[in-house]
Amino acid sequence: MRLEYPRYRDEVDDAELLGRLLAGDKDAFREIVTKYHESLVRVARSYVANDASAEDVAQETWIAVLRGIERFEGRSSFKTWLFRIAVNRARTKGVKEHRVVAVDITSDRSLLARRFNEHGMWSDPPAPFTDSVDDAIVNAPIVRLVHESIARLPDAARAVVTLRDVQGLSTTEVAELLELSEANVRVILHRSRARIRSEVEASMRAGQK
Amino acid sequence: MKLLPSALVCQQAVELMSDYLDGSLSRRARRRLEAHLVACDACTAYLEQLRVTIAASGVVTADDLAPEVLQTLSELFERFRDES
Ligand SMILES: [Zn+2]
Repeated sequence: MRLEYPRYRDEVDDAELLGRLLAGDKDAFREIVTKYHESLVRVARSYVANDASAEDVAQETWIAVLRGIERFEGRSSFKTWLFRIAVNRARTKGVKEHRVVAVDITSDRSLLARRFNEHGMWSDPPAPFTDSVDDAIVNAPIVRLVHESIARLPDAARAVVTLRDVQGLSTTEVAELLELSEANVRVILHRSRARIRSEVEASMRAGQK
Repeated sequence: MKLLPSALVCQQAVELMSDYLDGSLSRRARRRLEAHLVACDACTAYLEQLRVTIAASGVVTADDLAPEVLQTLSELFERFRDES
């Protein structure tokens, strides 16, 4: 198991990377790609017909970034600019592919409700994520389970969680990008986080038997 | 006499936690939730797990990216750099 976990979102500074990128530093480009590429694919996948199309959108986004980087004025953050390019391209491509994106905020309602009795008290309280380690610690197996669970979320939810929780955009930025109301974004986040938590819990329970 | 807000049951408390972690609860809702958490171990554990879930979402590592993709994009970058 790899013990070293570079936390890209917090540790790699976009402004510094962009400076190096403009100076022609290939490693800076590789770091930016590592930080964002999978998220671009996941968000794009919510709009287009298949995985290959989503990968194409992400690659086209990088080409657009390389073409436009000198004109990027830093009025928005780099990541907002980046995801805007990707979402616009994915949307155009999705229309061509006749893909209909459902905003699936009504699903999963009952998943959590089943854990409570008729008085609203826990009948099946949360099981600890781990036996030996404090639940407050984010360890490598939990990171893996969480990311697998995000990949399985329905389209709109996957895009919302990727932008908000994986890449740390604000709820307002996510709402604007995806053309949803902020209230919808909050509901989707609530349901998705509950679902991811319960999937991690279920895996941990199964693994401990 | 000032009336205290009615106490939350666990199921209501859980409904507020995502917004609580994002700082988007009203002051009143936040107080009600915090009052519940003080007295409820199960909800406190649930909140901590939600926090861990969100923190784990934000961990992006080099392992997530296929080496071929990185290679393709690196070559693309070199072509752009050499052209400009
Ligand atoms: Zn409770």
